[in-house]
Amino acid sequence: MDFYLTALLQGLCFSAIALGIYISMKIFNIPDITTDGSYTLGGVVTAKLLTHGQPLYLILPAVIAAGALAGALTGLIHTKLKINALLAGILVMTALYSVNLTLLGRSNIPLINRSSIFSLINISADPNDNTFWILLVFVTVVTLIIGYLLKTDFGIAMRATGNSESMIRSLGVNTDRMKIIGLALANALTAVSGFLITQFQGFADINMGIGIVIVGLGSVIIAETLINWFKITSVWFSLVLVLSGAILFQFVLAVTLNIGVDANLLKLVTAVFVLLIVSLPRLTYKSSL
Amino acid sequence: MIDLKNVHKTFNRGKANQVDAISGLDLHVNDQEFLVIVGANGSGKTTLLNLVAGSVLPGSGSIYIDENEVTRLPDYRRSRWIARVFQNPLSGTAPDLSILDNFRLAAIRAKAKGLSIGVNDQFKNQVKQKIAALGMGLENKIDQPMGTLSGGQRQALTLLMSVMDNCKVLLLDEPTAALDPRSAEVVMRTADKLAKDFGLATILITHNLKDAFNYGNRIIQMAEGKIIKDLDKQEKSALKQNDLFDWFG
Repeated sequence: MDFYLTALLQGLCFSAIALGIYISMKIFNIPDITTDGSYTLGGVVTAKLLTHGQPLYLILPAVIAAGALAGALTGLIHTKLKINALLAGILVMTALYSVNLTLLGRSNIPLINRSSIFSLINISADPNDNTFWILLVFVTVVTLIIGYLLKTDFGIAMRATGNSESMIRSLGVNTDRMKIIGLALANALTAVSGFLITQFQGFADINMGIGIVIVGLGSVIIAETLINWFKITSVWFSLVLVLSGAILFQFVLAVTLNIGVDANLLKLVTAVFVLLIVSLPRLTYKSSL
Repeated sequence: MIDLKNVHKTFNRGKANQVDAISGLDLHVNDQEFLVIVGANGSGKTTLLNLVAGSVLPGSGSIYIDENEVTRLPDYRRSRWIARVFQNPLSGTAPDLSILDNFRLAAIRAKAKGLSIGVNDQFKNQVKQKIAALGMGLENKIDQPMGTLSGGQRQALTLLMSVMDNCKVLLLDEPTAALDPRSAEVVMRTADKLAKDFGLATILITHNLKDAFNYGNRIIQMAEGKIIKDLDKQEKSALKQNDLFDWFG
């Protein structure tokens, strides 16, 4: 049972990454894999500032700013130098590895016995219970902010940028600027996931981001499958499905570990699982023809 | 309203496939003038329209809109004067956004897109009223994604969207090329009515010589990046449809 509780908590930690990927991939239609770097960056900044005894109200804005900067860089390379978004992401991600290592000073910083966001409030004696409520509130606030943003005039313009570029330019929107802001926002969210996970697991590691983009992608693809299935157009409902996708994804991993699959095979299982979700709608579509 | 002075535009300069799309073109379009442009493929019509809209910047020469020099201004900064309808119905609207959200963006074309929610009940009613005037029964579907509509419906809505905010120039790039005859007629009539009602300077590119004959109060023919015929209101009204066919003979 503990297994599944941890999966739920991790899912909540990863929901910010899922929202970030949702913004870059679904709203802007840009395959952004700066993620691996900006996620670690978020974790590194968190660990570094926590060990220096900085308060959380400074750490969180710093994490957001760091992630946004990384995303904005990818956006600048993609729009101003007209470099393929995928390559721009890879470049920034690669460069970030050195940045992260320099910031960290070594490959791993433990945060044992440091106060964290999860020791902020004590609602229950059970630490897991406590963590759950803090995460729930945190994720709800983040989702509300993103949901509101997407409903505003600016948000509609964002959604149109990935949907019909010619139209939105003729309606007076600088699409380059919009994409840079979008990627900054997406990577700021990704860094927030790094912020949460680092405190949740109690350490920051230089390799914590390797392959993390699949977690976000998997969550969004689960959500997208459901969105298409039920023909959902509401922004709010889509966001909730993205969050559920993040949690569901962690549950699937928990189940595979629970039934005794070798932990070394976890990434393979993850890849196959994502492949299955992507191909399932197509396979069922074909058979119905 | 629109002034082009000695405008040149060359694509692929210095290469084997160099194209002089526009060469030394002068054009003045008055307020409330409805200009029809005809010409063979590759004569520079679309490039001319793109130059006015700003999606293509000229190699040399200058462009003025409403007495403001806009020569180097990108398209998104000319939107305060210009509304556009594209040849492809998909280009003028965002398919995954609702009709309402599409109209919201159009309603703030010339303004900043801020961090407040602009889609409220009052705005909804305003959009419903405007759409009802089209007589297509779309006023009850404003929450549907734009992509669920037909090409003709989307073109008609794109036209309507163009006058949601202040607009002085309407650019129509073969707006009916992808439509069936009946939808095409609805779209052309709507365009004509809006141009008159709002006193817009309008430029229409068309390959449909019947439309070129029926609509507009000035017609020019282009070839090889130059204007080779220019008929004003009186000359155009004296024109016969067969004369137009002879232009392409």
